Amino acid sequence: MKILVSAKRVSDPNAKLAIAKDGKWIEGDVEYILNPFCENAIEAALQIAEANDGTETVAIGIGDDETARFIRQGALARGIDRGILVSAEEETIDSDLIARIYAGVVHRESPDIVLLGKQAIDGDSNQVGQLLAEYLGWPQATFASKIEVADGKAIVTREVDGGLETLEVTLPAVITADLRLNEPRFASLAGIMKAKKKPFDELEIDDLDLDDTGTKVQVVGLTTPSGRKAGVIVKDVEELVQKLRSEARAI
Amino acid sequence: MSKVLILAEHDKGALKKVTLNTLAFARQYVAKFGGSYDFAVLGHNVGAVATALQGFGAGAVHVADHADLAHPIASAWGKVLADLAKSIGADVVVGPASTTGKDVLPRTAVRLGAGMASDIIALTDSGAFARPMWAGNLTGNVKISTANKVISVRASAFDAAEATGGSSPIQAVAADPALAGSRVKFVSFDGVQSSRPDLAEAAIIVAGGRGLKDRFGAVTEPLADVLGAAIGASRAAVDDGFAPNDYQIGQTGKVVAPQLYFAIAISGAVQHLAGMKNSKVIVAINKNADEPIFKVADYGLVADAFVAVPELTAQIKALRG
Ligand SMILES: Cc1cc2nc3c(=O)[nH]c(=O)nc-3n(C[C@@H](O)[C@H](O)[C@H](O)COP(=O)(O)OP(=O)(O)OC[C@H]3O[C@@H](n4cnc5c(N)ncnc54)[C@H](O)[C@@H]3O)c2cc1C
Ligand SMILES: Cc1cc2nc3c(=O)[nH]c(=O)nc-3n(C[C@H](O)[C@H](O)[C@H](O)COP(=O)(O)OP(=O)(O)OC[C@H]3O[C@@H](n4cnc5c(N)ncnc54)[C@H](O)[C@@H]3O)c2cc1C
Repeated sequence: MKILVSAKRVSDPNAKLAIAKDGKWIEGDVEYILNPFCENAIEAALQIAEANDGTETVAIGIGDDETARFIRQGALARGIDRGILVSAEEETIDSDLIARIYAGVVHRESPDIVLLGKQAIDGDSNQVGQLLAEYLGWPQATFASKIEVADGKAIVTREVDGGLETLEVTLPAVITADLRLNEPRFASLAGIMKAKKKPFDELEIDDLDLDDTGTKVQVVGLTTPSGRKAGVIVKDVEELVQKLRSEARAI
Repeated sequence: MSKVLILAEHDKGALKKVTLNTLAFARQYVAKFGGSYDFAVLGHNVGAVATALQGFGAGAVHVADHADLAHPIASAWGKVLADLAKSIGADVVVGPASTTGKDVLPRTAVRLGAGMASDIIALTDSGAFARPMWAGNLTGNVKISTANKVISVRASAFDAAEATGGSSPIQAVAADPALAGSRVKFVSFDGVQSSRPDLAEAAIIVAGGRGLKDRFGAVTEPLADVLGAAIGASRAAVDDGFAPNDYQIGQTGKVVAPQLYFAIAISGAVQHLAGMKNSKVIVAINKNADEPIFKVADYGLVADAFVAVPELTAQIKALRG
């Protein structure tokens, strides 16, 4: 079996964000981390590989040279077998083009499972996995909190509104990871050393024979939403009830 | 002129209110760009849902009623919705940014060659779609450059649309989802049983955090009962098993904006705030006065929740007689 798994970098959620001069993205000099949902996807890929002898795992990141560091340290150092960087300027890609790039890589690699995060915590679109599944004509199981693979099928429990849904998908399939899927492991020192020697390919978008490399959605500007102001601290429950009643008229 | 197709959300044959929040967006869109809107109802035995939508000014209510659509399998629903959009000449498909909408709509977008904007909160004056990014710390205004467009709508950002009277015709859709869904089998659904209002529809929400530990229910339920409120939770409370996943509010859970929100023993991480900071009135009850939740709360009470919440419950109960 072969599993393709994502390694996308995102700005650190605790970083102070500043809007770039062109107004279309954030200033680039912030700390970056591996997208937390990709960590869950990588952990899931490793667990499936550990349970199924002969499984190859491949991490893919789309972005500039900096992205390579996240593929190596975030994925290969944890145990993923090899890495692929598809070079792209992150300003010029949207979810749809990312999905088409993934589809191009899938056609070269023929994996049985593509495991992505359910969302990227910068763009927060929650689209790429679903778009990819449709481009490939594959089944999907999104927002996974449990995955069992056996006999060419995956049984996936999904976190959905109202509870937990379980689906059985016939492989090949796209699965997107939710945060409760697993506890991502840390890279060991040995893992970090090994990662340096693992196979690593760099591809250009042009290598993938896509029919179209344009985007469909463009960010035209960013704004800062108006914040809330802190209100008052009440001294006890009685004052809280009185304020909620006569001031806020909320109860 | 646009033709907007609205994917209706329903549960066990009953229309869900998020459909009407989504309709509110569709009406704004049509008011700005001209055109009309239709509804799409997908599922099995969904006649009542279609009937419930007849009084909302749609050109038609299209119903794809098929045993293979009983569960919202994305490959099947995505195809049927796209085929319907093509057959009626809809250039815009919208749906709520619920877990079903998020699962299905991107697949429809690919089939229509459409760009998709997720989770939009407003239509700007210049016709861009505003959407929260970076856990709502910034708002991105996005344009879709394709002729066809697919949009998921954050329900809490739009007031539910009112009925306008009239009776839109119901039209049956001859759907054949079998092929598209054939490699997916529905196994089971483990639903949260609750007689409380849906989080997305509740006027009051009582949300609890990790600080409540295994007394999560003992603290939140009595207060929710006296207020007729829904119960929500932080991710940490769900991760630790004190509350079901369906309760999670935040960047990766549900986004809510009730009239009144109680954050009890919740620290106020950015990812939690992303799901509730547009609530009308926020009350924070936390034993640590330095927590960030107090920066967004209208009323803060620094207290031990195990003492303060039962007291609050008793006082509200007394008030209400
Ligand atoms: C430094 C930097 C600068 C950027 N500048 C711009 C800009 O100027 N304008 C702009 O519009 N966008 C910009 N982007 C963001 C853009 O490239 C987003 O990463 C992209 O739109 C995906 O986010 P999403 O919310 O659409 O993905 P989602 O649909 O939320 O992502 C779902 C999943 O897809 C996978 N995935 C997504 N992206 C990648 C990737 N690149 N590599 C591997 N897997 C991936 C992950 O598994 C992710 O969990 C920038 C990003 C970075 C890091
Ligand atoms: C990618 C990503 C996505 C995330 N998405 C979400 C999301 O959707 N929703 C979400 O909520 N979080 C999300 N998180 C997690 C978030 O960062 C926080 O970890 C989480 O919100 C903390 O939950 P909490 O406030 O219950 O717990 P804690 O931060 O541990 O806070 C517990 C609070 O309880 C108080 N307390 C303890 N005992 C008492 C008592 N007896 N009386 C009163 N107060 C008491 C403490 O003072 C403290 O403030 C996400 C994180 C990541 C990385």
